[in-house]
Amino acid sequence: MTLFAFLILFAAVVIGYILNLRAARAIRAGGTKLHSLDGFHGGFSALVTLVPTFFFIILWLMLQGTVIESMIKAGLPDGTLDGLGTGQVQLIMSEIRSIAGGRIFGTPEDWKLEAAERLVSLRSTSSLLLVVLTIALTAGLILLTRKTVRAEFRARQGVERIVLGLMVGCATVAIFVTIGIVGSLVFETYRFFEMVPFTDFLFGTSWEPQIPLREDQIAAKGAFGMLPVFLGTMVIATVAMVIAVPIGLFSAIYLHEFASPKIRAVIKPVLEILAGVPTVVYGFFAILVIAPAIRSFGTDLGLPIAPNTALAAGLVMGIMLVPFISSFADDALAAVPRSLRDGSLALGATQAETISKVLFPAAIPGIVGGILLAVSRAIGETMIVVMAAGLIAKMTINPLDSVTTVTVQIVTLLIGDTAFDSPKTLAAFALGMVLFVMTLIINIFALRIVRKYREIYD
Amino acid sequence: MTDQTSSGSFDWTGPEFTARLNKRKRSQIALKLAGLTAITIAFGMLFLLVASLISTGRHAFTQTFVQIEVFLDPAHIDSDEPNRGNYRQILTDTMVKLFPDVVDDRAELRKLTSMLSNGAQFSIRDSVVADPALIGQTVAVRVPVSDPYDQLNKGLIDRETPEANRRLKDDEIANFDLLKELGMVSKPLNRWLITNADSRFPELAGLKGAIIGSFYALMTCFLLSFPIGIGAAIYLEEFAPKNRVSDLIEININNLAAVPSVVFGLLALAVFLGWFGMPRSAPFVGGMTLALMTLPTIIIATRAALKAVPPSIREAALGVGASKHQVVFGHVLPLAMPGILTGTIIGLAQALGETAPLLLIGMNAFITSAPATPFDSSTALPTQIFIWADSPERGFVSRTSAAILVLLTFLIFMNAIAIFLRNKFERKW
Repeated sequence: MTLFAFLILFAAVVIGYILNLRAARAIRAGGTKLHSLDGFHGGFSALVTLVPTFFFIILWLMLQGTVIESMIKAGLPDGTLDGLGTGQVQLIMSEIRSIAGGRIFGTPEDWKLEAAERLVSLRSTSSLLLVVLTIALTAGLILLTRKTVRAEFRARQGVERIVLGLMVGCATVAIFVTIGIVGSLVFETYRFFEMVPFTDFLFGTSWEPQIPLREDQIAAKGAFGMLPVFLGTMVIATVAMVIAVPIGLFSAIYLHEFASPKIRAVIKPVLEILAGVPTVVYGFFAILVIAPAIRSFGTDLGLPIAPNTALAAGLVMGIMLVPFISSFADDALAAVPRSLRDGSLALGATQAETISKVLFPAAIPGIVGGILLAVSRAIGETMIVVMAAGLIAKMTINPLDSVTTVTVQIVTLLIGDTAFDSPKTLAAFALGMVLFVMTLIINIFALRIVRKYREIYD
Repeated sequence: MTDQTSSGSFDWTGPEFTARLNKRKRSQIALKLAGLTAITIAFGMLFLLVASLISTGRHAFTQTFVQIEVFLDPAHIDSDEPNRGNYRQILTDTMVKLFPDVVDDRAELRKLTSMLSNGAQFSIRDSVVADPALIGQTVAVRVPVSDPYDQLNKGLIDRETPEANRRLKDDEIANFDLLKELGMVSKPLNRWLITNADSRFPELAGLKGAIIGSFYALMTCFLLSFPIGIGAAIYLEEFAPKNRVSDLIEININNLAAVPSVVFGLLALAVFLGWFGMPRSAPFVGGMTLALMTLPTIIIATRAALKAVPPSIREAALGVGASKHQVVFGHVLPLAMPGILTGTIIGLAQALGETAPLLLIGMNAFITSAPATPFDSSTALPTQIFIWADSPERGFVSRTSAAILVLLTFLIFMNAIAIFLRNKFERKW
């Protein structure tokens, strides 16, 4: 039925376009001069029909589920849902839904069957209503726009205004996404802090997000101190940067200064491949090759290395970040005016001296900006650490040990079924908030450095 | 005139100078070597990555089958209800016929039947359901062997390992070798890797559900992010007045491009699933989430492509009386299209490999059938890789690598299209 509504809309758009086009042609054939081209009259009708009806259908589809659900809930026998938690209510609703879908397990109570029947009938009413309203709306809009076809009507301006409005709408989507991110994070984090004190979260040194299965369990009370998680993130990010910065910088210097254009044309794309490999692949690479290699190396040296050592995750993450840093450094070196480089070489400096004493200092802001962006990526990187790093939060800075990170905790807390009223789920949002704020600050800072530096030479 | 040069005060051929010159040359060489080493390390890692994936993944592209003669005993199958027959018993009987000396020992019997994949009984059932006339006949069927034997046949289980540490004991290996000597074992190409959906048993698990799920998600992502991205980019590049609002939007887009992907997952979980009540694990919701992440990439690429169209085109069009909109939609946008498409495909390729946000909206569920619509529960290629990488069975290691190779093939294909578009259509003015 939904598809049917969209088909009606499509047909209405075509009909409106043709009607207005013909009307405009008829006027023109009568010898009158029109303000706008015929196509604009047609397009005006098409757009005026399309835009409101399309949003009407989308809105209807988005809201019908919630509205029908609340109607079902209201129609249940009095007192059925009294004193039940949200989880139990959801369970009942999904049972009613599956009965309505024809999947009956066991012998459900009569009121459930009744509710399911009502659900089916409400659903069909809703989609019927949607089709009827779509027809009415499109017909009305077609008639309305058909009347506008006159010689002096400025159809082109009308079309352009609508298109401009749509484009402004598209541009603000980005803002709505940001509002959505900040809004959802703040909202859920606020609810988290209603259950767990703010200071416990920020300064607590123990992270044990298990919640008790029974009321009388003592062992797992749950502790939400983010410091060890944060520390683990830093350990892995540091390992990654120790790998990525020298390799990235030196390869950028080589590419920029020593490589011939031909070699450069081969090496650069190959390095870019490293950046294009999905992170889940790196994660698997870390557990398949790197972690066993590090372990056997450590055993040879007699070092105690944890199976999911921070070293493996950090090392692979570092490899992933190499092209990122090298391309930023390459851009920064290329942005230094040629005159500086030529001047240094003309004075008799070697290429190495030119780089280390002239180009590098001039490019340092751009390079630092790139490194900062890489740090923010290392902090926010998820799949490598989810697969290769540990789950248990420890207060340690030993990279041979197993540590956990903010992103690992977010994913492990939210995998599986999630209820939005347990501190365990909400803790993930609080960690997400920390992650978002941290990366945002680093990004803004880095982008500012990069931009400010570019202005000097442009 | 040349008397004033400093060569008088410094000996340009003396040992002190030569030493200094050599030192400078050495540092030059050192820097060059450092650069070469760095590139070698990066290349070496890439090589190691690809090599390890191919060497483990290639095993999953074949599958060991065994050809057996199955007597479809009417005692175990009711011809009225062929899908409820006891096919396990039929297979056991078949194995007993092959190894007549183990009839009584239950443990031995179980060992024998465990040689065949758990899916064997279902594939026989399906062929009987399709043609009930087969009941009572003896049919030759090729059934997959279970994972340990598959590993053995591919040489992944070392026969030299002490028996206690080996997954297959000596007698089990002997049984298998007997079948092999009889010429009943074959190792054809593993179609199931592509045509089957996920399964608990590695020998039956395939990527069909994941590929279709990824396709739906990517389509949704494209349909949402492409028009919205182009609209936003055209507005910002061609129409937006230079004021604080458009500055704000611009800063916003740049920052969104750098937000960690897992945060988009949190957004999708809280807003799409939590507030709007959309279904969990649905590729449609995954596609919406990916669209939010792809949007900044497409906007940035589109703006660059629009900027590259020379002003002379615009001025010529304006000069002959086109309106601003006609200039943009009739001239600038078509000329910028190759660049926009290139950026879009690269953005979609990124979205295809994105895992974390899909995990948070539950696209890592265990689902044994391919989704029929974008609203059904499903996995996606990267989440399937994650699930398989987490599975303890040995057979999933090679399957994970194979799945990664499939994913990388798609990515290479998409990037190749992007490069082709760029080289073929992009104009330099």
